[in-house]
Amino acid sequence: MRKSLIPLAIFLVLVGFLAVGLGLNPREVPSPLINRPAPAFSLPLLDAPEQKLSAQDLRGQVWILNVWASWCVACRIEHPLLVEFSKMGMVPLYGLNYKDKPEDATQWLKKFGDPYTRSLSDREGLVGIDFGVYGVPETFVIDKQGVIRFKQIGPVTPEVLRDEIIPLVRKLGA
Amino acid sequence: MIYELGHLALILALAMSLAQGVLPMIGAQTGNAAWMGLARPTARGQFVFVLIAYLCLTHAFVTNDFSVALAANHSNSTLPLHYRITAVWGNHEGSILLWSLILAGWTLAVSIFSRQLDDRMLARVLGVMGLISCGFILFTLFTSNPFERMFPPPADGQDLNPLLQDPGMVIHPPMLYMGYVGFVVAFAFAVAALISGQLDAAWARWSRPWTTAAWCFLTIGIALGSFWAYYELGWGGWWFWDPVENASFLPWLVGTALIHSLAVTEKRGGFKMWTALLAILTFSLSLLGTFIVRSGVLSSVHAFATDPTRGVFILGFLAVVIGGSLALFAWRAPQVGLGGSFEPVSRESMLLANNVLLLVAAAAVLLGTLYPLAVDALGMGKLSVGPPYFDTVFVPLMTPALFLMGIGPIARWRQARLPELAYRLRWAFGVAAVSALAAFLALGKWTPMIGLGLALAAWIASTVVLALVTRLQEHKSPDWRRRFAAQPGSFYGMLLAHLGVAVFIVGVTIVSGFESESDVRMEPGDTATVAGYQVRLDKIEDVTGPNYQASRATLSVIQDGKLVAIVRPDRRVYNVSRSPMTEVAIDRGLLRDVYIALGDPVSATAWSVRLHHKPFVNWIWIGCMLMALGGFLAVMDRRYRKLRVSEPVRPASAPPQADRALPIGGVVVARSGAGGTGR
Amino acid sequence: MLELAGLVWRRWLAAALALLLAVLTLAAHGKEAQPASDNPELEVRVLAIAEELRCLVCQNETIAASHADLAVDLRKQIRIKLQQGQSQQQILDFMVERYGDFVLYRPPFMARTLLLWIGPFVLLAIAAVVMVVNVRRRQRTALAQEWSEAQARRARALLDDASSQS
Repeated sequence: MRKSLIPLAIFLVLVGFLAVGLGLNPREVPSPLINRPAPAFSLPLLDAPEQKLSAQDLRGQVWILNVWASWCVACRIEHPLLVEFSKMGMVPLYGLNYKDKPEDATQWLKKFGDPYTRSLSDREGLVGIDFGVYGVPETFVIDKQGVIRFKQIGPVTPEVLRDEIIPLVRKLGA
Repeated sequence: MIYELGHLALILALAMSLAQGVLPMIGAQTGNAAWMGLARPTARGQFVFVLIAYLCLTHAFVTNDFSVALAANHSNSTLPLHYRITAVWGNHEGSILLWSLILAGWTLAVSIFSRQLDDRMLARVLGVMGLISCGFILFTLFTSNPFERMFPPPADGQDLNPLLQDPGMVIHPPMLYMGYVGFVVAFAFAVAALISGQLDAAWARWSRPWTTAAWCFLTIGIALGSFWAYYELGWGGWWFWDPVENASFLPWLVGTALIHSLAVTEKRGGFKMWTALLAILTFSLSLLGTFIVRSGVLSSVHAFATDPTRGVFILGFLAVVIGGSLALFAWRAPQVGLGGSFEPVSRESMLLANNVLLLVAAAAVLLGTLYPLAVDALGMGKLSVGPPYFDTVFVPLMTPALFLMGIGPIARWRQARLPELAYRLRWAFGVAAVSALAAFLALGKWTPMIGLGLALAAWIASTVVLALVTRLQEHKSPDWRRRFAAQPGSFYGMLLAHLGVAVFIVGVTIVSGFESESDVRMEPGDTATVAGYQVRLDKIEDVTGPNYQASRATLSVIQDGKLVAIVRPDRRVYNVSRSPMTEVAIDRGLLRDVYIALGDPVSATAWSVRLHHKPFVNWIWIGCMLMALGGFLAVMDRRYRKLRVSEPVRPASAPPQADRALPIGGVVVARSGAGGTGR
Repeated sequence: MLELAGLVWRRWLAAALALLLAVLTLAAHGKEAQPASDNPELEVRVLAIAEELRCLVCQNETIAASHADLAVDLRKQIRIKLQQGQSQQQILDFMVERYGDFVLYRPPFMARTLLLWIGPFVLLAIAAVVMVVNVRRRQRTALAQEWSEAQARRARALLDDASSQS
């Protein structure tokens, strides 16, 4: 091969990568916690702060954790969908109220509906950090052994619910 | 009405650029003088129409016509006039139109200052530029139309991003684009020469001033960007290896290799393949940079709003232009012979090493910038490559180049003897070694990096002096003024530019090694200390700006009991966007900056304040300006010679005249090597 | 007697004024500003670690420079962990466990970053070798050319000799 073809060859490889890159999102951060045990936590309930709920209490069932906040605009987009989904009763939905004031959070749920079996108050956001939360909303599917099986970054859309979450939940034996 | 006119002007510009791109090229191939003659008029016509389109868009911003979507999204009636004008390029569509305008401007310049080019060459050069313009205007019309309207027009606009409401915004993008885009001339010359098969010293001579001019602008543009980030972003940093910063640095690195390679081709007829390839690569990197910034493939603070359609278009354009020119290179380059030969130790070999080192450094920066994308594309997860990587890799790669920079100007063309070189450089070695240790003695702190930085800077500076003295000594004339005057402007340009590099290195080394900061809580009356300065907070008051509300602090900077400066940092909240922003206050000096940023209020009376002491930080940008000034001197030299010695128009293949041979090092070689003119 | 009283009064007044002036000056002088944090040396270490980490909600900033809520929270975590005595590596590992390698601005040295870290230096080595080979080859070609030109000259000289003799 002629030496002078090397620059062209390198460039074509580069274009290949760039073309693939156009379809990717450089800002989306996949979770390293998939297929790893969910972090241990113990948080007060939103509606009953004297009581606590821990990860241990939720063992033995498939459950979904949805990270939300009253100040989060995108959460309103997915909320009606979550309300509908919870009515199906397929799998318990637990809310992680992230860096929010309990009064604001309770008001928000009254206004927009409450799909959560219970909501937990993570005022400092520490549990969020443990779950690798970097934006709101985020949603996790956790299996009976307490292992995270799926993470949705951003609002849950009908397609994601239909094509990924529901089949997964069924597979995990909810 | 006026915006429809603007849109029409853009369409006409497209027609012009298409004509400019296609007809003269065919004419050059077939020898059709009439078609070749169309090059100049179509180039000028294109410029006129792009200018009209640009002015129409500016009109929307200046007159606050919010029926134009761009003005509605990026401007506001309370925005001061000068920022309304710069807001035109504070967004994707406007900045792409500016790209096209500047491209048309360079095209116009080439069409005017090209009397000595033969018709074929000019036709091809303008033709290539026309095709590039055509691509950009097509892109503008199809994916980034600046004249989109909004009905009903909103009452007022969304305002320009507060970070951009700043004098730096006025000059940084235009300068940067002048450089970025300016390399199209070198590219066009290289492609034209490859097509005609005639890469010779004459081609290099024509190409050189244009290339150096573009390099000057790019140097200034990058320096301004860094200077602006320093005072605007509020944390005192000046370079972050952000993908968009790298996108401008890559053409600069390869462009530097190009201007040096052009020197060899012009003076010695050598490095023809290298020069052609570097010319193609430099502009290719400019285009790649444009792609990176606007396609959304990389995450950056600078990135414009992204859109997949745009990304696909630019990538396609990139593939055609760069792929085409590299294919042309692959085809033609083997037919271009070697130039004059040279010894392993000679100025040519130094410049070759320089080319190679700069290219490897550029490759490293490109690798680091695109690696996250490549890893993700291969499904291997997500990775970040940031300043820690680039700082670690870049310095070892550049250090040999900086070392050679001292030796190159001293070494003779074609053959230099190592012992003689070492002997001549003994003073420079000594000064460098002493400087490496000087920091410890004078400044009380030493790390290997500080030692290396100061040694390199001293090495470069002393070799600059050595080169000057050597050259003056070689010129035999009793009158020293005549000796000075006898040296060409390009020589002084080189000296100044290299000195600029030394100054830059001093700035970077000292500020990185010796900067300090204090993060304090202050109430009016309190005094804080940083690096021997006492800073007293005198008062904090509320201030109303043209489009913002601010809390402004007045601080007195005192040293040894004497008042040095009074500074007034702000903490602003812009009315429309409601985004808070801190306006840093800097007491600038040649030897240090005292840099003060107002943070958040921590109580009813106390505020958080960050004080920085940045020694020698301004040497960073002074060094860059010296580099640009040196380049400017070199450009002026060529022009001056062209005006004085009126050359008749002659075909490209004629050998260069004897007076072109500069008796550098006392050796004038007049030999024709295979396939080229060796000199 | 009255003059003595007046003198005492004036002296007393002067002293009182002097005292008042001193007090006022002291009050206007203000105090030395308190550092924003309780432990500036700790802050330096916090920032050093924060500069190695990417702010995930920002476009491209470090946790040290960013004003985002998450960045502030993570800086707080770094501070707490440093106070607990954790090392830089432990803190970075903590972040990577939760956010992945993406959060590190210094890519870790592992299989998939081998090309990244070694590439430039390998490239430099290859370039150096190629350059040396090329320059040597150039030398040989030039020498060969000189030889052939020298031979051509001698041949011409011989021919001229021959023709002048004949």
